[in-house]
Amino acid sequence: MNASVPHIDVMRSQLGRARGLGAGGSGTAHWWAERVTAASLLPLSTWFIVQMFRLGGAEHKDVVKWGGKPVNATMLTALIITTFYHAQLGLQVIVDDYVHGKAHLPARILVRFITSLLGLLGVLAVVKLVAAGSRRS
Amino acid sequence: MVELRLPRNSEIGKGKTYPALAGAKNVKTFRVYRWTPDDDKNPVVDSYEIDLDTIGPMVLDAIIHIKNDVDPTLTFRRSCREGICGSCAMNIDGENTLACLKPIKDITGDVRIYPLPHMPIVKDLVSNLDGAYAQLRSINPWLQSDSAPPPDAERKQSIEERAKLDGMWECILCFCCTTSCPSYWWNGDRYLGPAVLLAAYRWIADSRDEHTGNRLDALEDTFKLYACRTIMNCTQTCPKGLNPAKAIGRIKELQIERKA
Repeated sequence: MNASVPHIDVMRSQLGRARGLGAGGSGTAHWWAERVTAASLLPLSTWFIVQMFRLGGAEHKDVVKWGGKPVNATMLTALIITTFYHAQLGLQVIVDDYVHGKAHLPARILVRFITSLLGLLGVLAVVKLVAAGSRRS
Repeated sequence: MVELRLPRNSEIGKGKTYPALAGAKNVKTFRVYRWTPDDDKNPVVDSYEIDLDTIGPMVLDAIIHIKNDVDPTLTFRRSCREGICGSCAMNIDGENTLACLKPIKDITGDVRIYPLPHMPIVKDLVSNLDGAYAQLRSINPWLQSDSAPPPDAERKQSIEERAKLDGMWECILCFCCTTSCPSYWWNGDRYLGPAVLLAAYRWIADSRDEHTGNRLDALEDTFKLYACRTIMNCTQTCPKGLNPAKAIGRIKELQIERKA
């Protein structure tokens, strides 16, 4: 037997622990958005891959002209927003699974911050492309 | 943060070997996890060489033989020996199952026997399921109905309504599924796990229950329900052939349905 009686720091009942703080009241929206963005990325990514093959080896001015077209700019922006939103949702799941304790909330915020910034950067790049492409020379 | 290795006091050492009796012809080795709270030693794996000609066909027969005739200190739970009580749930040959339903001949090589994974150990093959039982209690696994029952009869269900409960009432709460689930390993304090969610859906799907909305409210949580990542270990391991993953999927569908 152990020589000293070990200290017990949790004496709360198992039912109290199981109920915990109760249901958080969210989760469905996140889960559903994950699926909807995943499904949306199928056609958007396919479009992007096809366009990249078509533009392979193209001159810079041709790419700028391509990006200046409203349909291309719209598709590109949709792809970027959906990609980074989906990445945000997915990375949050990874954080929820593997990061516990005090680091959990900061890690969640960090994921949102980084994915939002990267998404914003992509969108602004498209805006710059559109501005350059629509300039009449 | 992430636990990448076992805590130091959980690392498993090599234990004793109990050789088969002289003259035994059909010998198979059973490698069994041993740990006792009575000393400060790490767990070990003991090897028992058993003559299969002298015992019954199931893994439980071998374990009972070990306790009765070889090593009476071996501790495990068992009761019905026919897959209806759920007591002898353990990890056999790398898969959670009931020792009484697992034929020895289905296992090639040594038979490795461990307690249900990632739960506190009481002793040897007995894992502590208090937390899982409390989680079951937390979803109110009983009929909740505000309408008065008929004075002289039971609450009635149509044949179709009753059929919806098939594949759920058969659950014997052995927690093979819950303890096979990585999501439950990482977040067992907040995620309810497949067995409890199957029980929750059993009452959500019951036509006689009138608290369906409350039950869905109680599951609207990032962890309680949505920590399920559709890994499907639960369905693969269930010794009763049930499909907890499908029940969890149905709960998620209903959560969408009532919001759309």
